[in-house]
Amino acid sequence: MKVIYTDSLVIGGGLAGLRVAIASMQRGVDTIVLSLIPAKRSHSAAAQGGMQASLGACVKGDGDDEDVHFADTVKGSDWGCDQHVARAFVNTAPKAIRQLAAWGVPWSRVRQGDHEVVINGKKVTLTEKADSHGLIMARDFGGTKKWRTCFTSDGAGHTMLYAMDNKAIQMGIPVHERKEALALIHEDGVCYGAIVRDLITGELIAYVAKATTIATGGYGRLYAITTNSVVSEGIGNAIALETGIATLGNMEAVQFHPTAIVPVGILTTEGCRGDGGLLLDKDEYRFMPDYEPEKKELASRDVVSRRMTEHMRKGKGVPSRYGDHLWLDIRLLGRKHIEKNLREVKEICEYFLGIDPVEALIPVRPTQHYSMGGIRTNATGESPTLQGLFAAGEAACWDMHGFNRLGGNSVAETVVAGMIVGEYVADYCGANAVNISTTTIQHFMKREEKKITALLFRDFGENPFQLKAEMQKIMMDDVGIFRNAADLEKAVEELKVLNQRAKRIALRNRISSSNPELVEAIRVPKMIKLAQCVAYGALLRTESRGAHSREDYPERNDRDWLKRTLTTWTDASADLPELTYEDLDVMKMELPPGSRGYGVDNTFHHPDTAKREQEIEALKRDNPGADRFELQEMLNPITIPDKFKGKNERIGRGFK
Amino acid sequence: MNDQGRILKFQVFRYNPQKKGDKPRMVTYEVTEAPGMTVFIALNDIREHQDPSFQFDFVCRAGICGSCAMIINGQPTLACRTLTSTYENGEIKLLPLPGFELIGDLSVNTGKFMRAMSERVESWIHDADADEVDFHRLEERMDPDVADQIYELERCVECGCCVSACATKRMRPDFLSAVGFVRLARYALDPRDKRSDEEFYEIIGDDDGVFGCMTLLGCEDYCPKDLPHQTQIAYLRRKMALVR
Ligand SMILES: Cc1cc2nc3c(=O)[nH]c(=O)nc-3n(C[C@H](O)[C@H](O)[C@H](O)COP(=O)(O)OP(=O)(O)OC[C@H]3O[C@@H](n4cnc5c(N)ncnc54)[C@H](O)[C@@H]3O)c2cc1C
Ligand code: SF4
Ligand code: SF4
Ligand code: FES
Repeated sequence: MKVIYTDSLVIGGGLAGLRVAIASMQRGVDTIVLSLIPAKRSHSAAAQGGMQASLGACVKGDGDDEDVHFADTVKGSDWGCDQHVARAFVNTAPKAIRQLAAWGVPWSRVRQGDHEVVINGKKVTLTEKADSHGLIMARDFGGTKKWRTCFTSDGAGHTMLYAMDNKAIQMGIPVHERKEALALIHEDGVCYGAIVRDLITGELIAYVAKATTIATGGYGRLYAITTNSVVSEGIGNAIALETGIATLGNMEAVQFHPTAIVPVGILTTEGCRGDGGLLLDKDEYRFMPDYEPEKKELASRDVVSRRMTEHMRKGKGVPSRYGDHLWLDIRLLGRKHIEKNLREVKEICEYFLGIDPVEALIPVRPTQHYSMGGIRTNATGESPTLQGLFAAGEAACWDMHGFNRLGGNSVAETVVAGMIVGEYVADYCGANAVNISTTTIQHFMKREEKKITALLFRDFGENPFQLKAEMQKIMMDDVGIFRNAADLEKAVEELKVLNQRAKRIALRNRISSSNPELVEAIRVPKMIKLAQCVAYGALLRTESRGAHSREDYPERNDRDWLKRTLTTWTDASADLPELTYEDLDVMKMELPPGSRGYGVDNTFHHPDTAKREQEIEALKRDNPGADRFELQEMLNPITIPDKFKGKNERIGRGFK
Repeated sequence: MNDQGRILKFQVFRYNPQKKGDKPRMVTYEVTEAPGMTVFIALNDIREHQDPSFQFDFVCRAGICGSCAMIINGQPTLACRTLTSTYENGEIKLLPLPGFELIGDLSVNTGKFMRAMSERVESWIHDADADEVDFHRLEERMDPDVADQIYELERCVECGCCVSACATKRMRPDFLSAVGFVRLARYALDPRDKRSDEEFYEIIGDDDGVFGCMTLLGCEDYCPKDLPHQTQIAYLRRKMALVR
């Protein structure tokens, strides 16, 4: 049995995983990163739009600060997020972006003087202040009050990931590529690493560690059409679920992005609309202002996706052989802007659609994009139920996004969570030892070996590719943007059947080394379980919140549903997961539940909401001299490592 | 294109070094073309319906991550964004990218090569203060044009097309290659990197570096991100000649 010992094992080499590894290494903790692919190819590289941080350097960002970012994030989440975590996040994001600037990200910078932009379909001239020249620039994104999304032309994720991986290389952090974690090793409620398969040789290796961090990204590939990479299959979430101890949070919270191209589902960034692009219907009519007169195309993602779907249901979609779609129009931004700030979009249109978006309309449709759900953690990033297991990035439900995450807040989360969780991982490694028996390691190793051997020896059975396609279709058809009890019940039942069938997979290519069919056979049963968590969670949540939209329960129901879904799978032979709920405490909220300002507000209010509002009013009245920092400390004290506690400087405003 | 779709003929290199007794060979697969079909879609179709042992690498399938470079009808390029309709006679020949360790079939280990390249050119900001930077304060200012120029060179996706297209690399196994040159040029341009010209010279001032390059520019012709290899190589040469 091959065993590799380390202190901090990080599963995932995207932005979140690398940043956790860097934090561990900086603290002198022995660290190894595992990744399916070379780290720089992780899906973080695909983020084109940018990263939110309230630097407020450009003129349209004037007046921005942590408080405004906080309010946008909480509203965006439809009050489903953990406000302590959201607070820790917004306070740290400016530090994260400045550190990345020092590490080499060539953020686009403010240029003093006039520049022309398109706002609400019209050309407008903005004048940037001389004082701000050379500071980090920002663009507009959906659901934000200020221009807060910092970017590098159209390659924010790429430049961030390259800077991060280069930093990791500089520090000599080993990244073990083409390795897949198959199961977590745990004993007496403590996690000690993972059983890992070498994707080239097929060898199984036990990586034994004090702390294990899962940073494996999202689970978009549960859906047939998604903007996510082909490796965004949620395996990290599944192996946590399969411990029967760790919990997953809010798995039903799945985001659909308004503008992926038809048919392939590749994303055109929200930057298209942020920079002034419009949505048109089959009559080339701009319909969003009719639905959302205030925010129009730049309403929150979940809202725009639903409005587009509604509009298509009224027969206003453009018919095509791949079903109806709408148009994204960026022609008005002009060639120069598109070729500089939206070049990746232009390349995608040229290569995949054969059109030039400077002159032609882009066919788009809402498409699965982001997984708000994930491994439930507390504010330090550790699983509340499985000690020594941490999670960060899209794989985690750290829970700053609640039921809808804002564009630009995700790459920001990966880095900020990496910084914060990374410190707690290092603390944990300092305070704990590996107390695990060899027998336990062997037990997990044997179990995985047995599963693989069974697959290699079964003569007849199910085809894993076929099972996956069926699962993806069920999720698309019945667990999509608009949901209802009938569809969801059907999905839950059909997935149960798939779960059973997935126990009888047989292979045509029966070799244990490098074998794509075996990879699929190992992953598909795990993916089906995750799909069941999503579908069942969606069925039981009888309200609409953020991206979870029930046609049969259109109201947000704070009275009964201001809670987080927790999912476990304790009995491996059961055909459904177990769901419990964790209340969000209104009396601890810095921003009590209110209206997001879209459509009609038909919320069922929580009995504590009015009470908490009064309490906050009273507190403000009783502390007339308190500044915004002191008020926040009183209303929403946060857990955060000391080094991130300082105030952030802004141009023209200092540390106020 | 009609709805029926023509029959595409894929001639594909197959060899699994992990499998005892396996031999390199070319295998032909037929696939019915669909509208908008890319080589990514076609290869997955072959894997799912004809041969589940078929190895190749895709991640983003959007021309962004650099995973899927291979030789398509004689030219190195990104397979995921290559439309099958580009090839009029419907015959498509696929070979793994040369110059890299073969994992199996069309999958090569570009990751290992690129990590070694990054270590060799020390692909990071050299500034003792970068870790001490006080991130509570305003970031250091940067000329907006300089930031844009750095980004132009940082658009490389480490796909390896330039390496496979380079005649010098074929003769000199340790030749740094164009991907290393642009990476170095990117740091040489960056005011945050405090390395001197002499230090850069140490890395590329020999025949395995920029003086070995024969400027045949296969690299520029095949770079899917259109990086300006020619100007960068010329720039590095001038700069290094001054130090020499
Ligand atoms: C097209 C697109 C555009 C986006 N644009 C933006 C944007 O503009 N702004 C924004 O804020 N967000 C954006 N997002 C979201 C954001 O990019 C992601 O949420 C974020 O990058 C996820 O980072 P991560 O580190 O959590 O995971 P990833 O970058 O997905 O990395 C996951 C890592 O885990 C590894 N891995 C997975 N499973 C295993 C396993 N079993 N064993 C070992 N390793 C494993 C993979 O190899 C990979 O290294 C975008 C997303 C998409 C899809
Ligand atoms: S110019 Fe020619 S020799 Fe020089 S790196 Fe490019 S391909 Fe190689
Ligand atoms: S320079 Fe161009 S061809 Fe070479 S690795 Fe980078 S993107 Fe690929
Ligand atoms: S799969 Fe990412 S570039 Fe082709």
